[in-house]
Amino acid sequence: MSSKKNNIKAFFNALPKNIFSGFVVSLIALPLGLGLAMASEAPPISGIIAAVVGGVVVSLFGGSHVTIAGPGNGLVGVLLVAITTLGLESAYAAIICSGILLATLGFLRMGKLADFFPSSAIQGMLAAIGLIILGKQFHIMLAHKIKREDTIDYLIEIPYTINDAIHYDKTGLIYAAIAGVLSLIIMVLYPRIRNKYLQLIPAPMWIVILSIGFSYYFELVAHETNPISSLYMISGIPEFKEIVAQLPTVDFGKVITFPFWSSVLALTLIASIESLLSIKAVDKLDPEKRRSNVNLDLKALGLATIGSGFLGGLNVVTVIARSSVNVNNNASNRSSNFFHATFLVIFIVLFSTQLTRIPLPALMAILVFTGYKLASPTSIRRIFSIGKEQVIIFLGTLFVTLKVGLITGILSGVLVTFLIHIVINKSISLFLRNVLKPNVLMYQEQDNGNYYVSVKHFCSFLNFYRLKEKLDAVPENRDVIIDFSLCEFVDHTVMENLNNYRELFIKRDGHFDVIGLDLHDSDSQHPFALRRLLPVPSIIKSGLTRRQNNIEELAKNYTLTYDSKKEKETYFLDKFHFFRTKSIHHIYNKLSTKNSVLSVFDIEFSEGEFIAKETVRTTMLHITLDEKIPEFTLDREGFLEKVYAFAGFKDIPIQEHSDFNNRFYLLGEDEVAIKTLFNNDIIHFFESNPYYHIESNGNSLLIFSKERLASIKEVKALFDFGKRLKQVFSE
Amino acid sequence: MSIKPFNTIGIGVTFSPNLKANIYEAARLSQMLKARLVLIHVGDKSPDKEALFYSILEPFTKSELEVEIVFQPGDPVDVILSTSEEKQIDLLILGALQREKFLKYYVGSIARKITRKAKCSILLLINPSVERIPCKHIVVNGLKDPKTEQTIASAFYVANSLKAKKVTIVEEITQDELAIKVEDDKSLRKANIIKERISLRENARVKAIIEDIPEAHTKHISIKSQPIFGKKGYSIGHYAQISRADLLVMNSPSKMTFWDRLFPHDIEHILTELPTDVLIIQ
Repeated sequence: MSSKKNNIKAFFNALPKNIFSGFVVSLIALPLGLGLAMASEAPPISGIIAAVVGGVVVSLFGGSHVTIAGPGNGLVGVLLVAITTLGLESAYAAIICSGILLATLGFLRMGKLADFFPSSAIQGMLAAIGLIILGKQFHIMLAHKIKREDTIDYLIEIPYTINDAIHYDKTGLIYAAIAGVLSLIIMVLYPRIRNKYLQLIPAPMWIVILSIGFSYYFELVAHETNPISSLYMISGIPEFKEIVAQLPTVDFGKVITFPFWSSVLALTLIASIESLLSIKAVDKLDPEKRRSNVNLDLKALGLATIGSGFLGGLNVVTVIARSSVNVNNNASNRSSNFFHATFLVIFIVLFSTQLTRIPLPALMAILVFTGYKLASPTSIRRIFSIGKEQVIIFLGTLFVTLKVGLITGILSGVLVTFLIHIVINKSISLFLRNVLKPNVLMYQEQDNGNYYVSVKHFCSFLNFYRLKEKLDAVPENRDVIIDFSLCEFVDHTVMENLNNYRELFIKRDGHFDVIGLDLHDSDSQHPFALRRLLPVPSIIKSGLTRRQNNIEELAKNYTLTYDSKKEKETYFLDKFHFFRTKSIHHIYNKLSTKNSVLSVFDIEFSEGEFIAKETVRTTMLHITLDEKIPEFTLDREGFLEKVYAFAGFKDIPIQEHSDFNNRFYLLGEDEVAIKTLFNNDIIHFFESNPYYHIESNGNSLLIFSKERLASIKEVKALFDFGKRLKQVFSE
Repeated sequence: MSIKPFNTIGIGVTFSPNLKANIYEAARLSQMLKARLVLIHVGDKSPDKEALFYSILEPFTKSELEVEIVFQPGDPVDVILSTSEEKQIDLLILGALQREKFLKYYVGSIARKITRKAKCSILLLINPSVERIPCKHIVVNGLKDPKTEQTIASAFYVANSLKAKKVTIVEEITQDELAIKVEDDKSLRKANIIKERISLRENARVKAIIEDIPEAHTKHISIKSQPIFGKKGYSIGHYAQISRADLLVMNSPSKMTFWDRLFPHDIEHILTELPTDVLIIQ
């Protein structure tokens, strides 16, 4: 009971800052809502209706915490097609149907739907949407309304429009174009100006305030009519009373036609992808580190879309830009989404006549900037840096989306990606044979509670959901180790998603390490590049893995030397008993102190020969000692198989240390010397530190713990253990 | 708990490059388990063949291994199955095939048919060798199944005979048992509590099984139990592979219908992708 009371108290305490952030978000949502609706050729108010319905419904029934719902950028292209081909009244019916589908996806727990699309294809699709928005609105921004069949034509005509704009002779058009250009300049420069008063109001709202102020100036001070042509002013903002009184008619007459359902599917697909991507991105921003329930959110978004459609609004999706503003303004729970809707209602009730004073080009400048952001050259350059094949996927999706449509575009992206994967691996059977296999194994290691995940065969967008399902079941404050050494192929989508997980885990005090990729090949230096296991590992490797980069950074931070190359000269290890029955291939990723007394390295060795050969990769620590000590092997009691080469020797008991004797196995030939070596200090050291397998060959020590590669955290722990052990031994 | 020892071991032999290795493995195993060895050759009897088999077996017959060679022409599956019944074979050894280029093994069509129909235990060998490779680590399934008790007992019996040092009992827990989908923090917390509870319960169950096994079979072996959450039958193979087990011991499949082959589960996964040597206890 008391915890419930506390919750209510905390909710009320957090209310003021949520009201404030809701207010700031509504300042952006107002112009964006109007603009997005107009770009889709819907009545401007429909965007606001979507935001209001979304804000209320999703805040009440949703499963995420600090997201904002409203009309989305991604949907502009689809809505435009829906409205132009079906007509507005049938488009509302399509919106309602897509809401039903979206809610169904939520009920079917299809929140993982977005995982099945390769990330470069999604990027390509988003860039195409950006270009669609930018291409269409650019002309309006320069007061040059044109109508073309194809979206590409709009882009091609941009230079002509610029040329026309320079040569305008009507003042009405010139002022309209100036308003557009000035607004664009505000959008571009706003993030660069760091002034806390200026930043209090978001850039789109500045544009709204300035243009309304401008219009009032002419009316009240200069007593002239507004010089901006009335063709380029927002028209048809109804009074609040009218919105409530005149619900639009929804026409379900076209439900049996093909274009209707293709619009419904496109709306559902884009709405779910945009929402899921946004929710995932916002979760990373959440200062309270909560996990959103995406399926619950999908249900709420679906419900909101249905309501919005009946009230004459657009689709409701989760939007990333507004949500991040929300987080930046210290929103802490869903109530800010609710207040954003409330403020929008207040604006419409109080200022609906003032809104008609906003020039259209100014509003469209906001959208041009949004479109540019989606298709910005930096994101394209990033794709180029990841690899050539990603560029093909990206551009392929982009062009098909522009030329044919969104659904065809994203499907072609999926197909191209799959074909490229087949070509890269020169094998289709790798995918066909293994795609249905449950290739991910996760278990908690019994000795330290780490989650160990091993992935077999291949891991790409086709089966990433299996890995994701496992990773989602791990609390983010724990340690996860993902081992790809049995996996022949890992694609870019997986690498990028794993990086997202990594960031999430690090933010929430967990650890997330990827191992076993050091032997895979990639063609670019980028950490997200796809990786393929080579039958014969190449000597010169292109690009370090993240683990290698991390070791390199570790080396820098602790002034150690790091060498990622394979070293074949491993004679210094031959004298250890452990390697008597094993043959060492090479050591790599060597991290050592300047005087190379201590060195940690990954090692590949094999047990047995020929057909019985088993290759093992593990991480070991080697310490050169200053003086001679007896040969011995020390291990945890029970781990017999590591020391079976010593068979025939008995555990050496150390007197008066029964705990040590119970927990450790100490083996060696020279029992007397070993007993003198293991004095109280050394025994106390071993008793109070984690278990490692420790072996002495007289001159040096070899220390390791697992028969797999160590994660960065484990490398650090191992190194530290070695350092302290050396100290204890030299005392 | 009664342990059914393997008294008669059978192996099908053909003239392949692996012949010597196969016979050596079978003979060595028969010696270690103190069993009688039956070589089954699908084909007509001839003095040459018999002489060859005996020459390969010579080092073992010297040390008093009891061997019988059966020659019978016919369909390999039928011959091997009927002979195993006739000769009361308790353990039948079959070889696996290797996919070229990769170190991946699978069970061929004949061996697969035999595995499905056989009434005795089956040992699938991935890489028979003339030299003995010591068997150090055995992984055995700890499924909640009436057959498991027998399987675990047999695993310890084999481990003891082969002088293996470590036995890991893997309890596979399916997603359905978890009965909760992770969606947000609350369901995650719940799921982890349930997982922990299941793990404890499973560990206790396995412990009870081990206590029933004669101490002579368990005292020299370090025992570990590992609950894993994954697909039944497949994940244990994956585990055996990453823990580098030398032998995987499994329950025999309950019943096989056409659908089971189309939608592989349990043992069928292992047959398409052998992680290591596999012993299927009947």
